[in-house]
Amino acid sequence: MFTYRRPDPATLPPNNHPPYRSTALRHPREPLVVVPQTLSELTGPVYEHQAPGPLDHDLTRQHPGTPLGERIVVAGRVLDDSERPVSDTVVEIWQANAAGRYAHYSDTHDAPVDPNFSGAGRVRTDGAGWFRFVTIKPGAYPWHNHENAWRPAHIHFSVFGPSFLTRLVTQMYFPGDPLLAFDPIFKAVPDAGARQRLVAGFDLELTEPGLALGYRFDIVLRGPHATPMEA
Amino acid sequence: MSKPITPWQTVGPFFGVLLRHDRVVPAALEAPGPRIGIRGVVRDGAGAPVPDAMLEFWQPDATGHWAHPDDPRKPADGFGGYSRGATDAEGCFSLDTIRPGETPGPDGTTQAAHLLVGLFARGLFTRLVTRIYLGDGPGLEADPVLRRVPAGRRATLIATSDGDGVYVHDLCLQGPMETVFFDV
Repeated sequence: MFTYRRPDPATLPPNNHPPYRSTALRHPREPLVVVPQTLSELTGPVYEHQAPGPLDHDLTRQHPGTPLGERIVVAGRVLDDSERPVSDTVVEIWQANAAGRYAHYSDTHDAPVDPNFSGAGRVRTDGAGWFRFVTIKPGAYPWHNHENAWRPAHIHFSVFGPSFLTRLVTQMYFPGDPLLAFDPIFKAVPDAGARQRLVAGFDLELTEPGLALGYRFDIVLRGPHATPMEA
Repeated sequence: MSKPITPWQTVGPFFGVLLRHDRVVPAALEAPGPRIGIRGVVRDGAGAPVPDAMLEFWQPDATGHWAHPDDPRKPADGFGGYSRGATDAEGCFSLDTIRPGETPGPDGTTQAAHLLVGLFARGLFTRLVTRIYLGDGPGLEADPVLRRVPAGRRATLIATSDGDGVYVHDLCLQGPMETVFFDV
């Protein structure tokens, strides 16, 4: 039998984080109750996803017209914490358009909606854990957290892995973004090295000449370890 | 030395962009077993409904078998076990599924019928993990996970039956009835 190692607290943003105002009334005040990893948690949704459609990986080709903005390739590998590839797992993304506006009724930012951009995609990783999306570089946008607050450009990622415990939802940022230094969500990750793992690398190898710049974003999930079952 | 995992970040308020194009197969209803519904409200520390929470559910089939390669017992044909959705403008969630069976626990124990729940929202950096146990089921007293929970808080994990296959269960992020969330 195996278990999944608990994440290093230095990588986990605290759910109570006053600089991010919305955490105030939403973080549990009681301590989390430590429980053993049972068959319930060691299993997880690996079969419940339809095969991604042929254009699910290319957010620039999901409409009759072409979305506005800077075309980019975002690719990387999903690995576990022993650096083994996580193959055949679903990776989902969602994001704002080039003007910093989501195709969502509750986004009231005064920036144009792009009729040719939905902003959602999904792929399955290949045998070596690789995924690849073609999309538009999202714009920064203001939010109401504090005076003159702006979210740095980011792409939301959702990854499943082989178990309920390997689930990860995170955000990918862009290198050199001056807004990162002011963002309470990015900065909530305690460890500076861990924070940097949320910033994609510019990668000339991933660039499509004449078409799109390339960014590399590797994702590391909790991995199984052959340890004695916890009592 | 293991490689550090990628840190979590909040789902934010706009995950509906993803769910609108969802390709999850809602397979549980195709499988044999008693049909049940679970209804509830997600509330914040002021008691206000949370209208922008995302919920994920993971459960075994009616005989307690999981649709996963690590469970050598096969689940019923057509059974998946995973569902997800969002709360509505009133903070309400609703799940129609089949009743999960009792399933093995550690060291030869048996776990009472339950679903795992992952709760995500704006204002939460990480997923909160909890369970929903069915209040009219057997084995709650002996359940190896419930026994780890302080007795005074166990009720926050147990859905109330209305006797008609519908269970009521609110999720409270804070407050006197704060739901038990797990470190697992």
